[in-house]
Amino acid sequence: MQTFDLEAQGLRALNSTLHALRGSTNETAWEIINPKGSHAIAVGVDAPLDITVRGSTGYYCGGMNKHATIRVKGSAGPGVAENMMSGTVIIDGDASQYAGATGNGGLLVIKGNASSRCGISMKGINIVVHGNIGHMSAFMAQSGNLVVLGDAGDALGDSLYEAGMFVRGTVKSLGTDCIEKEMRPEHLALLADLLKRGEADHLAKPEEFKRYGSARKLYTFNIDNASSY
Amino acid sequence: MCGIVGLFLKDPALEPQLGAMLTDMLITMSDRGPDSAGIAIYGRPQAGHAKLTVQSSTPDVDFNSLAADLGHLLGAPVSGTLKDTHIVLDVPTAKIDAARAAIRDLRPNAKVMSAGEGIEIYKEVGLPRDVAARFDLAKMTGTHGIGHTRMATESAVTTLGAHPFSTGSDQCLVHNGSLSNHNSVRRTLKRAGMTFETENDTEVAAAFISHKLDTGSALGEAMAATLTDLDGFFTFVVGTKNGFGVVRDPIACKPAVMAETDQYVAFGSEYRALVNLPGIDTARVWEPEPATVYFWER
Repeated sequence: MQTFDLEAQGLRALNSTLHALRGSTNETAWEIINPKGSHAIAVGVDAPLDITVRGSTGYYCGGMNKHATIRVKGSAGPGVAENMMSGTVIIDGDASQYAGATGNGGLLVIKGNASSRCGISMKGINIVVHGNIGHMSAFMAQSGNLVVLGDAGDALGDSLYEAGMFVRGTVKSLGTDCIEKEMRPEHLALLADLLKRGEADHLAKPEEFKRYGSARKLYTFNIDNASSY
Repeated sequence: MCGIVGLFLKDPALEPQLGAMLTDMLITMSDRGPDSAGIAIYGRPQAGHAKLTVQSSTPDVDFNSLAADLGHLLGAPVSGTLKDTHIVLDVPTAKIDAARAAIRDLRPNAKVMSAGEGIEIYKEVGLPRDVAARFDLAKMTGTHGIGHTRMATESAVTTLGAHPFSTGSDQCLVHNGSLSNHNSVRRTLKRAGMTFETENDTEVAAAFISHKLDTGSALGEAMAATLTDLDGFFTFVVGTKNGFGVVRDPIACKPAVMAETDQYVAFGSEYRALVNLPGIDTARVWEPEPATVYFWER
């Protein structure tokens, strides 16, 4: 285990050290202490590292992650795991706005609540939120899955493409072109897998969720839908 | 972008450190607003005494004998404490409106930043660290305070364009965001008798809340009215003699984090601003909900 004191050594040294570890490496276990809400912690990692951040982080923690497992033992600021490609990011506390935005792959787990715009424009990432999510979540989401054990705020899945959404609690309102859909056996199997990987299988069962997705009416411009755009 | 910090103390034992805590928080938010900085700090009111904080770009000229001149004109004892480009005048509470009018005549180039029994406002152009040093903010004591670091968007980088804005006795407001209907709201408020020093959007929000408070609204009601009447992006933090409030617009793009312990309620645009507060590791930390009014009063 290598320990990196962010306050003493600085952000640039941290990220350049982590970036130098490409592909397979023996230095896989990292602990970052004194994050103190700093921005851009462990952004752009491209190696199968196991990174633990001891405290809360600022903007963009774990952004563009490839292959690494990043655990935050606190809460995360805006844009956590933004544009993640693969790997896993696990937040023990809450996440601020646009968690997992534009994520291409990998798994983002938020054990507390996520605020507005969670999973906005997601493109393949899977997101599991143990608590609630805020308004405009999964706006224009293209693919991947958003699983919410709690409640969702206003305008869930507005202008949605093909991402899947599973919400156990209430949905304050659905966005344009987002509808509730039938939960079929393959969805229950998918959900069971995501709950297990999202460390939430002891908290909720797949049967307790409702599935939401795109009505596919706004996919391409159609003059008959002009009033909905 | 802008940075906001705020601190409302519940534990009087922390009052001697209010200035130091707020200064540390303010400097941490320099990245969000390097253009100018300001702070409103509320001390414990003394019976019969009120304070006017006055700013001048030529303090050597304007503040020379100002306290004596004002005292002579009012026929009452007035004392002044000079701090860089600002002077805090101690006047009898009963004479505060007369003093405000007299200063306009005595020193036309000077501007009244704030008036009230508790409030003092200091603001200037420059990096937050330099502004804090000029006014020796770290040494100040008090019950609650609000600070702002500005990255200007809507109007010029000037002392008067810096936050906080005070448009009523012991009231102030700071803002992260921008308002799009401030011109029409300003016209409406002018017709209702409010006066404005700048073309700044935030001053309109401050005056909007002051007008609501003047016309019988409680602080919570006045803040809730911003959600229906003001259009644009905003996170507002508001100070009054006894209280401290927060409201964010329904879209809530502008960041906000709050922390509460038995000793204080704190606000920061980012968690970074809060990390050095006592007991932060065990504090209740949360993001204020959109379109929801929060306030604390003692």
